[in-house]
Amino acid sequence: MPGAMAHRQVVPMQFEVSSAPHVIAGYTVPRVMTQVLVALVPVAGAHVLLYGPGLLLLLAVCAVTALACEALALRLRRRDPGPFLRDGSVLVTAALLALSVPPLLPWWLAAFGTAVAVLLGKHAYGGLGYNPFNPAMVGYAVLLVSFPLEMTRWPVPMGAEWDAVTGATALDQLRTGLGQRLTMQEIFAQPAFGAVGDAGAQWVNAAALLGGLYLLGRRIVRWHIPAAVLAGMAVPAVFMHAIDPGAHAGTAFHLFSGATMLGAFFIATDPVSAATSDRGRLFYGAGIGALAWIIRTWGGYPDGIAFGVLLMNLAAPLLDRYTVPRIHGHPKR
Amino acid sequence: MARGAAFAAGLRLESHKALAMQRPLQVAAAPALAMVALDQGGGVAASSAVNPGMRVRIGTEIARPGDAASAAVHSPVSGVVRDVGPHDIVIENDGADTWGVPLEPVPWESLSAAGLTDGIREAGIVGLGGAAFPTSAKLTAARESSVEHLVLNGAECEPWISCDDALMRERAGDVVLGAQVMMRACGALRATIAVEDDKPEAIAALRAALSCAGDDRIGLLAIAALYPAGAERQLLATVTGVEVPHDALPPAIGLVCQNVGTAAAVAAWVRTGRPCISRIVTVTGGGVNQPANLEARIGTPLAALVAGCGGYRGNPTRLIAGGSMTGRALDSDAIPLTKAMNCILVASGADLAPRGPAMPCIRCGDCATACPAGLLPQQLHRAVLSDDTALFERHGLADCIECGCCDYVCPSQIPLTSSFREARARARARHEEMRRAAEARQRFEQRERRLAAQAQAERRAFDEARRRARGDGPPSGGTDAI
Amino acid sequence: MSDGTVLPAIAVAATVAATLGAALGWAATRLRPDEDRLVESINALLPQTQCGQCRYPGCRPYAEAIAHGEAGIDRCPPGGDATVRALADLLGREPTPVDPQFGAVTPRAVAVIDEDRCIGCALCLPACPVDAIVGAPRFMHTVLEAQCTGCALCLPPCPVDCIALRPPGRPV
Repeated sequence: MPGAMAHRQVVPMQFEVSSAPHVIAGYTVPRVMTQVLVALVPVAGAHVLLYGPGLLLLLAVCAVTALACEALALRLRRRDPGPFLRDGSVLVTAALLALSVPPLLPWWLAAFGTAVAVLLGKHAYGGLGYNPFNPAMVGYAVLLVSFPLEMTRWPVPMGAEWDAVTGATALDQLRTGLGQRLTMQEIFAQPAFGAVGDAGAQWVNAAALLGGLYLLGRRIVRWHIPAAVLAGMAVPAVFMHAIDPGAHAGTAFHLFSGATMLGAFFIATDPVSAATSDRGRLFYGAGIGALAWIIRTWGGYPDGIAFGVLLMNLAAPLLDRYTVPRIHGHPKR
Repeated sequence: MARGAAFAAGLRLESHKALAMQRPLQVAAAPALAMVALDQGGGVAASSAVNPGMRVRIGTEIARPGDAASAAVHSPVSGVVRDVGPHDIVIENDGADTWGVPLEPVPWESLSAAGLTDGIREAGIVGLGGAAFPTSAKLTAARESSVEHLVLNGAECEPWISCDDALMRERAGDVVLGAQVMMRACGALRATIAVEDDKPEAIAALRAALSCAGDDRIGLLAIAALYPAGAERQLLATVTGVEVPHDALPPAIGLVCQNVGTAAAVAAWVRTGRPCISRIVTVTGGGVNQPANLEARIGTPLAALVAGCGGYRGNPTRLIAGGSMTGRALDSDAIPLTKAMNCILVASGADLAPRGPAMPCIRCGDCATACPAGLLPQQLHRAVLSDDTALFERHGLADCIECGCCDYVCPSQIPLTSSFREARARARARHEEMRRAAEARQRFEQRERRLAAQAQAERRAFDEARRRARGDGPPSGGTDAI
Repeated sequence: MSDGTVLPAIAVAATVAATLGAALGWAATRLRPDEDRLVESINALLPQTQCGQCRYPGCRPYAEAIAHGEAGIDRCPPGGDATVRALADLLGREPTPVDPQFGAVTPRAVAVIDEDRCIGCALCLPACPVDAIVGAPRFMHTVLEAQCTGCALCLPPCPVDCIALRPPGRPV
């Protein structure tokens, strides 16, 4: 202002300029990812207690591979690797993959799976925020389809009275038992079955539920996806179990076997590959739960969470398109 | 019991209002040199009506409105005009504080509604909530739409601002009188003063003033303290339960909204005939020694205001005109106070969390949860990245109120609000282009039709002349080409 | 595979293929999108300067050429990249930057007549496709800025070269 400047006696004080809003809440991506890793500690703990320390080796291998692949990909894409390596998202991918595969998996297979997850599942699409599929599930699916034997060889839980090192999981035994025309009571009497679900996996699921509730309480995840996944699995289970209890296991079994709780709270809630509106998320979660139940009951694989997630990832853009919430001031449709 | 907000979103922000409320409302000293900006915040800048060397008194009109969306500007001090620049008028204060208007009450109860709005216009009263739109224009438009309900916005949802709180506590009577005058000016049948429930003293003071005035057309409503409950459309939805349609203004559904500060300015004019030359402004922040609410004259350099509050403390990094969520960061304290500034926030690093570098959007959806307009900022962000105008429209970019809630919660620290502000400007420019193109097409097609009609008329005249030259009989209708 | 299943399988597959192929062929000829409506929608997205930089005599002929697949969507400099993108959205094609051989994308300009040099010959009036020049023979001419699209078709006819293109709102 020329008029002003000619008459000023005091030197005006200068300030930095920024754009509104001038405050932020301080949530950051690294903080969110750290909380997720913290919530996975009970799951990892239960896992190690039940199935031995193999998980720890896998976690180490997966974490190192994930970081190395992320750095490589960022360098190839000519981006500064610093902020992305520090944000922890790739560590979450590695941890989820390590927790999904059997702990007896050879380390080089785990490394291969992690590399596929990070390079193919994430960076081929543009890196953080751009992947349409859940990277951990991409890695898991590739491993499962390519190495079905190693990927279904789960150890017997510690403290079991069996005389074996590896055995079928409860979901496996349910499938083969039904094929052999055993009654549900006979199937459930087998040692692989615990009080609620799989003898070992029920504890892992309980730990995942605990971790998930922690994340809910800290508002890291919102209730829509986990609730919908569990409902999506429970509703057909209740229905079919009521109609034909001899051929279908009950809700509690499904909810506490396999990777249900881990999937509901940690895997399906990956925000990048999920639907984006609240209503869309309800459909998304329900679809995952229902698909997992369908694959378990009638499909070719013992657990359907991974494929359920990948199939609903495909549907996410469609869900987004059709579940846009009403804008303030626009007519109610 | 406070009424909950009508939008299931928004943020509960930590309040910093107590800082400036520690001291009662003070009157700031008049500046030695008043630099009255010609652009007081609304519409096109006003045009100067004075020349250097002229003597002016307090209340003398020194600038005429630039367009229908701006208002007259009056001198805040008595003295001599030193300089008239392209942006401001500089007046040297002679210290006598002489008024140029007779300070006598306005007989508002006997004036017609149009007479009232004329008076409000001549007094240069604008919306003191920050938008600075001429109050007379708003009230006239409301009257022409036959509004029934006047809502007074005492919400003040920004966490640092407390000027309206101070006003309501100490001058509740003015707020009520202003409401009565504005009701007569716009023809409203009833009024509601909406106040957030974190201002119990203000609510009590208003209740006392209302029972004193004994006007049962005016009610008081406490609303839940949520940011941004004070945004006009959101406030009207909370108070009345009806949403203003996105393509219309509040008078379309019989409502008009005014800030309580504006009501007090109208009351001051009615009591003494004084035009708008001062306003209550909150001077606060960790960078000021004695934060307070001041009644300050427009044209006071911000440096003088801060000096009146004990001066700077420490090394403040930001001088923000407005609140922390929607304020404009200024680069120098030589800038003078305008009618649009409701708060001067002198902030140091401790008050503001610095923003880190922006990461890609992880589609967490927290922004959509927080958006009070019901938008999907993550989709709008994608549209901004790909500059996709169709996507802007589908996701309602035009309905963004630029409140900053999405920025606040974003874990990737993406500067969403400023990108939307820019995108809205580009979308408006594109609309203007399309409108001009449609107009040009119309004119072109009209011209083509005119030329074709001309050619046909010439053709017919030629054939007619030829027929007459050949001595044929009357034409049989329909011409043949030879 | 036994002999009994091969022939029926081939027959079924062939029938299905033939039926679907015929259906697609019929759809391609009988269900063609309304041509006029398409040309209208394309024309609505063009800036209507009628300047001819696209090598077609006006915006509508260019719109028709696009509808018939004879011209690309990157030929309109006055429309700029925004128009290319809008056309790409409408037609489902890939947007590309405006081809520089048809002209450079410049900000909006309007024609301004230098009144000191204008001789009132009225040769520029018929050149303007939107009738934005006001005037008559031996009377002063002026361009209505609000209606001027900046097509520059009035510049060549002027014998004294008194028309120039300027950014809008600027005094001469």
